[in-house]
Amino acid sequence: MINAVGRDIPDYLLKDGREVYQGKNYRDGQYFKKDSPRVKKHEKPEGSKLCSTIREACEKCGAHDGMTFSFHTEFRDGDYVAAMVCKVLVEEMGLKDLHVAATSLGSAQNIFADYIEEGIIVEAQSSGVRGRIGEAISTGKLREPAIIRSHGGRPRAVEAGEVHIDIAFLAASSSDCCGNAKGQGGKNNCGSMGFAMHDARYADHTVIITDALADFPNIPCSISCIDVDAVCVVDQIGDTSKIATKEARMTENPRELMMAKNVADVIAATPYFKDGFSFQTGVGGPSLAANRFLEEHMRERNIKMGFALGGISGAVCDLMDKGLVERILDTQDFDQKAAAHLFSNPKHIEIDLSQYANPSNKGAYVNNLDFVVLSALEIDTKFNVNVITGSDGILRGAPGGHPDTAAGSKCCIIVTPLTRGRMATVCKDVVTVTTPGDCVDVLVTDYGIAVNPLRQDLIACLDDAGIKHVTIESLQEKAYSLVGEPDPLEFEDQVVAIVEARDGTILDVVRKIKPYSFD
Amino acid sequence: MVERKKPIKNRLRRTMMFMNAQKPGLIKDAYIYGSDSIILDLEDAVAENQKDAARFSLYHALKNIDYGDTEVIVRINGLDTPHWQEDIRVCVAGGADGIRIAKCESAAMVHQVEEAVLAAEREFGVEEGRTLLMAALESPLGIMNAYEICKASDRMFGVAISGGDLRKSLHVQIQRDGIELNTARSLMILAARAAGVQVFDTMFPNIDDMEGFKAEVIMDHRMGFDGKSIVNPKQIAFVHETFAPSEKEIAYAEKLVRSCQAQADAGIGVYTVDGKMVDIPFFEDAKRIIALAKACGVYHGDL
Repeated sequence: MINAVGRDIPDYLLKDGREVYQGKNYRDGQYFKKDSPRVKKHEKPEGSKLCSTIREACEKCGAHDGMTFSFHTEFRDGDYVAAMVCKVLVEEMGLKDLHVAATSLGSAQNIFADYIEEGIIVEAQSSGVRGRIGEAISTGKLREPAIIRSHGGRPRAVEAGEVHIDIAFLAASSSDCCGNAKGQGGKNNCGSMGFAMHDARYADHTVIITDALADFPNIPCSISCIDVDAVCVVDQIGDTSKIATKEARMTENPRELMMAKNVADVIAATPYFKDGFSFQTGVGGPSLAANRFLEEHMRERNIKMGFALGGISGAVCDLMDKGLVERILDTQDFDQKAAAHLFSNPKHIEIDLSQYANPSNKGAYVNNLDFVVLSALEIDTKFNVNVITGSDGILRGAPGGHPDTAAGSKCCIIVTPLTRGRMATVCKDVVTVTTPGDCVDVLVTDYGIAVNPLRQDLIACLDDAGIKHVTIESLQEKAYSLVGEPDPLEFEDQVVAIVEARDGTILDVVRKIKPYSFD
Repeated sequence: MVERKKPIKNRLRRTMMFMNAQKPGLIKDAYIYGSDSIILDLEDAVAENQKDAARFSLYHALKNIDYGDTEVIVRINGLDTPHWQEDIRVCVAGGADGIRIAKCESAAMVHQVEEAVLAAEREFGVEEGRTLLMAALESPLGIMNAYEICKASDRMFGVAISGGDLRKSLHVQIQRDGIELNTARSLMILAARAAGVQVFDTMFPNIDDMEGFKAEVIMDHRMGFDGKSIVNPKQIAFVHETFAPSEKEIAYAEKLVRSCQAQADAGIGVYTVDGKMVDIPFFEDAKRIIALAKACGVYHGDL
């Protein structure tokens, strides 16, 4: 069945109430019944929930074949806990038919790729897939197609009971013996635990894994002991130096700076740029640098940002320290500066992924967002964005909050160079749609700016401000004139991953990659 | 193959951005930053044993890259080197808009280049007179001969001061207030205006010192320069803002142009606008400001 972004979704996937994507806000106003966890009573005073090993905690929580386990990825590439736990489940306990529900899957979980290859992990749900796991999934090694959900889509699916977590294994920078846990107060501080908090409330069992045992009660905290079954102390939960991956840097590249300036100029040209505006940006070079140029516009107009949302970098914290930002609502910290700032500034507040972006709750912050600045692996002439599959068709990206913020915000700006190496970023058809074009408003590239024709109001704003813009088709043609038109990728029929829209409908599917051959 | 439009001698040149002609990665799309002109450098940026490689890279760029409305000038090697004649052949064959003569000190040097350019235009079947010239004045002698240099050829569209070498000859260091080049800048501006060509200031070397850069750009604008050499794209925006006429200037110029037309029709020479006495030269200057505002994209009126 062809969906609203023109993708052909196989009918056999449309079961158990699954529908194809119908356009944004399709499920607005519908009722649903929230799923609830099946929890074990801890009535008898026990004093401490400490377990001497992860295995003991797993056994205490009834780890079994066929179960679904989850973990968070606030430590990004520096996470040790997911791999550590999975190794215990598989190699010490010999469990099989495991289902993974992760906020992301990357190189820190490369060991999962082995277990996928061996048929031990049979299903995976994640907001991102990178590294060897992406290759394992793309070559069809999972029994069930992987499900790619946005940061808002994940808590939506959890609350809807589409994924039910048996055990959540949550890394915490500090915890007391009863499980009052947070991303601060230890030797490896990740800052916000926004990715973990929701799981603790909806999983049947929660295990806190920490490397810094704090005195009871370790409060205020992100995860409350009322939701925790067991606590394990290990040597190291992660390497915080790997939280700030190489993309989280302030660029000096003139091309990126120019794009960043253009992003800020576009923002300043819209009517939403007024005192109290709200803003989110990622940590790609030009996205991060946009903060710097936005500061100039804010000072010139003498206005402040009402709130900054989502993944937080030191650059946004600097703006708050300069008195230019009223509140920071933080799901994730991209660097140590931001992680420390969360706990030193009362106006810098931790929120979970449901508060952030769940489209089924009654007040996701993304729906109050004025501007979001996002990057893209590819964007096509219908403004559909791909942030999940590479030019070879293999899973190697993460929608994260991309589709949620694009849909919720009043002005969604994609910033990307026109070409990367030999690849055209602006193309005729993206390999995989992860963010539908009806949610994307402006594209800023090094070769020009294009506005979605759906947004004639923004076109008028740019014209009034004297900001030049061109059609997205002309950018795509320019890209192809520079690097050539790519041949279509070849896939087999097997669906290896389902890309869900934030409301749970199917936006696209990723198929098994056909090995390249010279013939 | 890209056919470049015929160069315009009197075009807008607020920013002239230097780029090493030897680096295809830099020059392949240097126009995206929006400087008015780019200067592809065959001289100081290119090592002595890489001159030939740079010429190939330059020729290929000129022939294959559509620089759109961005002017493409080439800085050739000095006339005291074995490279300059071959540099000129490449520029002309590739269809560069103009040539920047390094270390120019006399009208004779302009003539020398002009002859070689003409010969190359004939050799490659390029329209005679198409290739424009500008001169970089880098020595006290060059400054003293600025007027004859500006007048030396119909191809000359302007002169630029080149601070690095000049400061050494003058036994001075770069100063925050620019006092060390004050005389040289002033003499060159006078000469250029007397000859009716454009005049450009030297580049600001410390790209991380944006405050110092901005101060110098404001000074350049107040002194009467038409534009400035730059070395990094991040320097473009401030120069363009500074050199664009202000709204106040534009409004006054509009008022002058409209009133002058009416006064002339009524046979009146000198009169007052907003309490200030004005006459014909004011009218000419007002027309220049409107034209500059149009070129800078900041004029939205109907004149």
